[in-house]
Amino acid sequence: MVKFIKRFYTSLIFLFLYAPILVLIIFSFNSSKSRGSWDGFTLNWYVEMFQDRQIMSALYVTLGIAVLSSIIATIIGTAAAIGIYNMNRFNKGIIMNLTYLPVLNADIVTGISLMLLLIFLKIPLGFTSLLLAHITFNIPYVILSVLPKLRQLNKHLYEAALDLGASPLYALRKIIIPEIKPGIITGLLLAFTLSIDDFVISFFTTGSGVANLSITIYSMARRGINPKINALSTIMFLSVLTLLIIVNKRMDNTEEGDN
Amino acid sequence: MKLKWISYPYIVWMIIFILLPLFLILFYSVTYNTSEGLGFTLEYFQRFFEPIYINVLWRSFKLALVSTGVCLLLGYPMAMILADKELKNRNVMVLLFIIPMWMNFLLRTYAWMTLLERNGILNSLLGLLNIAPKDFLYNEGAVILGMVYNFLPFMVLPIYSVLIKIDKNLLEAAGDLGANSATTFRKIILPLSIPGVLSGVTMVFMPAVTTFVIPRLLGGGQFTLIGNLIEQQFLFVGDWGFGSAVSVIMLILILISMGVMGKYEKEQEGGGLW
Repeated sequence: MVKFIKRFYTSLIFLFLYAPILVLIIFSFNSSKSRGSWDGFTLNWYVEMFQDRQIMSALYVTLGIAVLSSIIATIIGTAAAIGIYNMNRFNKGIIMNLTYLPVLNADIVTGISLMLLLIFLKIPLGFTSLLLAHITFNIPYVILSVLPKLRQLNKHLYEAALDLGASPLYALRKIIIPEIKPGIITGLLLAFTLSIDDFVISFFTTGSGVANLSITIYSMARRGINPKINALSTIMFLSVLTLLIIVNKRMDNTEEGDN
Repeated sequence: MKLKWISYPYIVWMIIFILLPLFLILFYSVTYNTSEGLGFTLEYFQRFFEPIYINVLWRSFKLALVSTGVCLLLGYPMAMILADKELKNRNVMVLLFIIPMWMNFLLRTYAWMTLLERNGILNSLLGLLNIAPKDFLYNEGAVILGMVYNFLPFMVLPIYSVLIKIDKNLLEAAGDLGANSATTFRKIILPLSIPGVLSGVTMVFMPAVTTFVIPRLLGGGQFTLIGNLIEQQFLFVGDWGFGSAVSVIMLILILISMGVMGKYEKEQEGGGLW
């Protein structure tokens, strides 16, 4: 009986979580353009989305920003994590609190404060400003992914390498980086997916003419969202799903390796 | 290890892109332009305490509190079920909680409009049962539903991550000492899970209180919450001073909640989603 209640409850929660996603995916095959009625099955939207200039440019902006910002954030963030790990307790505390700030801060406050900064520094709002904003909110997530791996690291390995005559940089490259690699890759993928999904911060830090998918969807919402967007999102959702399964496999493997 | 210097690029980045922007917001919230240059003012903060804006704050808090409460009520049992599963099955179930978050959240929220609108899917289903169509959309209930929907995983995951760390021996010991399951829950599971609950509450409450997209879509724009207020001041009214002052007030709220979280973080390394 208890088992049944648990199953039933779990199913209800998952129904709640997945109902809108199912609706989205189903309506990407709907031949009617309105979301109110079902007119039959079609794959047209999957073909037409590639010819829609607005959607394709939004896709390029989204992917371009996601790739660039996640790579740059991973480089800066990994270096930062190694440095922070080697700081004394007091400095570490200050830096980590500041690192948590953008993670916990309301997106709208982060977005607005970055907008004020961009205007203050006279950086024109557009692709570059969007990229700077995404790097900024991605770095803390990379640091938070890499730091736990550093804590698991055997300190003596690095010291042994130095004793054996390795330069600090050589030891970093040959000892530390390979050891924390799972954390770096998790951070990279996390940064990538966060960047793809972001709306609020992008909304305030982009300029006219440069829109990512979220911004395009938001501006469409009032007139009604084109099923082409549903088609594109279905494809992206399935891609991210695959990516996530890979990450999960990796994390499982590293966990097993730690034990 | 003497590798501190390699964090310097980040520290420079952080000063420019995290600290400086916050100082700018603070700066705009207490200054005004005059013909002779800048002047200091607290007028923007005073204006926030006018009844109309206090009402906005009150409504945001009310909706976010109700959503957080609903998330906690729905999420705690769910986290317990997840923590109870066999390990192999468990990872998949937890993954299933994370997956919806990776579909664009605007689109997911928008899909609720398809489900809830007057000639939408839910009303069609009710129609089959001969129940007259109801207005689900554009009211407070819809906004709360949107918040619960979007933020429920942020409640479930931190509670879950604390629950699986509870030492099973404690539960067995309680049972051996004659405690029934209700007492075990009240005396052992609940107190030990408080850090996860606090973390979940913060992670649901903060985004719920500041969201401006959910009330715009599901509330039909008739509910001005604090996020909408900030957005309007910057994008439509052009009153940066007042918008900044409201942002500063939000920031103070966040710092307070960070302080509360930080207190618990010392006790359990990491905490929260990480």
